[in-house]
Amino acid sequence: MELTRTPKEKEPFIPKNSRIKTSTGDKIISVITYIVYALFAFVCVYPFYYVIINSISNNDLSQHGKVLFYPLEIHFQNYKSVFTLPGLLTAAKISVLRTVIGTVLTVMIAAFLGYMFTRQTMWHRKLWYRFVTVTMYINAGIIPWYLTMKILGMTNNFWGYIFPMIIQPFYIVLCKTYCESVPQALQDAAEIDGAGTIRIFFSIMLPVIKPILATIAVFAAVNQWNSFQDTLLLMSGKPELNTLQFMLYQYINQASALKALVSNSTNSTAMMASLAHAATATSIRMTVTVVVVFPIMCVYPFFQKYFTKGIMIGAVKG
Amino acid sequence: MTRSINPRKLRSYKEFLYVLPFLIIVALFSYFPLYGWIYAFHDYRPPFPISNETFVGLKWFSTLVNNPVRLKGVVRVLRNTFLMSGISLAFSWFPMVFAVFLNEIRNKPFKKFVQTVTTLPNFISWVLVYAVAFALFSTNGAVNSVLTGTGLIAKPISFLTETDGIYFKMWLWLTWKNAGWAAIMYLAAISGIDEQMIEAAKVDGATRMQIIWHITIPSLLPTYFVIVMLNLANFLSNGMEQYFVFQNAFTQDYVEVLDLYVYNIANSGPGMYPFATVISILKSVVSVVLLFVTNTASKLIRGEGFI
Repeated sequence: MELTRTPKEKEPFIPKNSRIKTSTGDKIISVITYIVYALFAFVCVYPFYYVIINSISNNDLSQHGKVLFYPLEIHFQNYKSVFTLPGLLTAAKISVLRTVIGTVLTVMIAAFLGYMFTRQTMWHRKLWYRFVTVTMYINAGIIPWYLTMKILGMTNNFWGYIFPMIIQPFYIVLCKTYCESVPQALQDAAEIDGAGTIRIFFSIMLPVIKPILATIAVFAAVNQWNSFQDTLLLMSGKPELNTLQFMLYQYINQASALKALVSNSTNSTAMMASLAHAATATSIRMTVTVVVVFPIMCVYPFFQKYFTKGIMIGAVKG
Repeated sequence: MTRSINPRKLRSYKEFLYVLPFLIIVALFSYFPLYGWIYAFHDYRPPFPISNETFVGLKWFSTLVNNPVRLKGVVRVLRNTFLMSGISLAFSWFPMVFAVFLNEIRNKPFKKFVQTVTTLPNFISWVLVYAVAFALFSTNGAVNSVLTGTGLIAKPISFLTETDGIYFKMWLWLTWKNAGWAAIMYLAAISGIDEQMIEAAKVDGATRMQIIWHITIPSLLPTYFVIVMLNLANFLSNGMEQYFVFQNAFTQDYVEVLDLYVYNIANSGPGMYPFATVISILKSVVSVVLLFVTNTASKLIRGEGFI
């Protein structure tokens, strides 16, 4: 302990000394670093900013790529008109539902299994733990997966968004590791008081492992919200089960379909709307993009610490 | 009393019963799809189920080598896969360098801001990445508007359908999405470096570059090694989403990686399901072998595996 204190006593003058001696080479590096990272930040922020300012600008100008730095002739007509697009509200509802239901179930199951796999008393505990975690490395391929999901009735069925995703071995590993760090005495005490396995989970462990559950919840929610492939593979026969992500993809790719939509929506509102407010293919794309990215952007700043924590726990495990 | 069941045994079974429903879900959704591999050995003509009559043995496996069109397709797709993964591997040091120099920034709020905004793209889906890519790089997007506006080019360039440097462009999108996130791990490793070592180097007159080169980078190499091993283990698995959203009639030949190829051939009709399954089986087998090889390599070099 004494040893670690000695260098700190020197601290007052050594860093100062070295700062004075900062060479011109170091200064140049400093300046370049700031410029490069400012550029990185710009490249990451601007695309989102561009889409947002275009979604609230004069549609005729945005269609021709004229809105670059700040919104021009601000109006919010686009947000009114995209929600009249056929299917978009349903898609929003499906996206929200799958995110909420999927996240709650994923987190609860990860917590419960993570806890159960720490119970030394369980019959063949280690075997079952392996049975679950090995699936991280098993990948049958999308067609065998699709065909078996069809057999299980998961195609064109809302639960196809939920069941294949609710058991995430990685989250279970995280929960198990966290449960193991909780003092065993806590469980022992509850057991002496007569609490059973399930009771201990709900009254003792669940409140204690909340921090890790928050991290997992954030990850699971983002996964559910962003999921696209399962709609593509499983829900092809039921457009009313499309998610927002899938709708957005369609809006970008199927220009002809979009045009039909545009003329429809302009017909109904054409009398009132000027050229500046009438929906265009570009305005619909931009506005739907903002609608889809908005929840992530809202949630992200508040949960950033959980994201960071998530990768750290993962790294320690790996 | 003597015949009653041992309460500890009873409890051990009871606890197993609590997890049993979840084990069944795992079996159904993670193990049962492996049963789908039998489709590779059949002629599949829906709505007729597969049966003994449709069994064709290794026919679909042999078409892989015997049918020149398919062989060519697979070779093309493997080329794309190897190039995409190869470029990623060749530039896998990028997040590390990103983290090292980000750490050199003394202005705390600026550092935090950069870290926050560069991590954000990791949390949006590939569909959204494509949506912003389309907004910026389509013929009437921002980039073309600026370039034609300033007179740098006469006619808009359609960046998204051009195949020049397509592999590198795909890598750029991947990096745009992931680099900030991948850097977090290195930033944490940097914060774990012993301050005394750096102070001592300063006393000895080391410049910042010397400290980075002789202290920071060497302390990050173990983390970097694991990342390289994981990259190698996933060499064949680029995932299909990125390439699916970015593919179009012009770029398809170049961006079609193995995972996307499987989807695309299956999408051409249920008659191709068996062939798609064949590719998936071969890919899974190679991937498992790669995983074990890299894990063993890691054990030999580093003393511990990453599985």
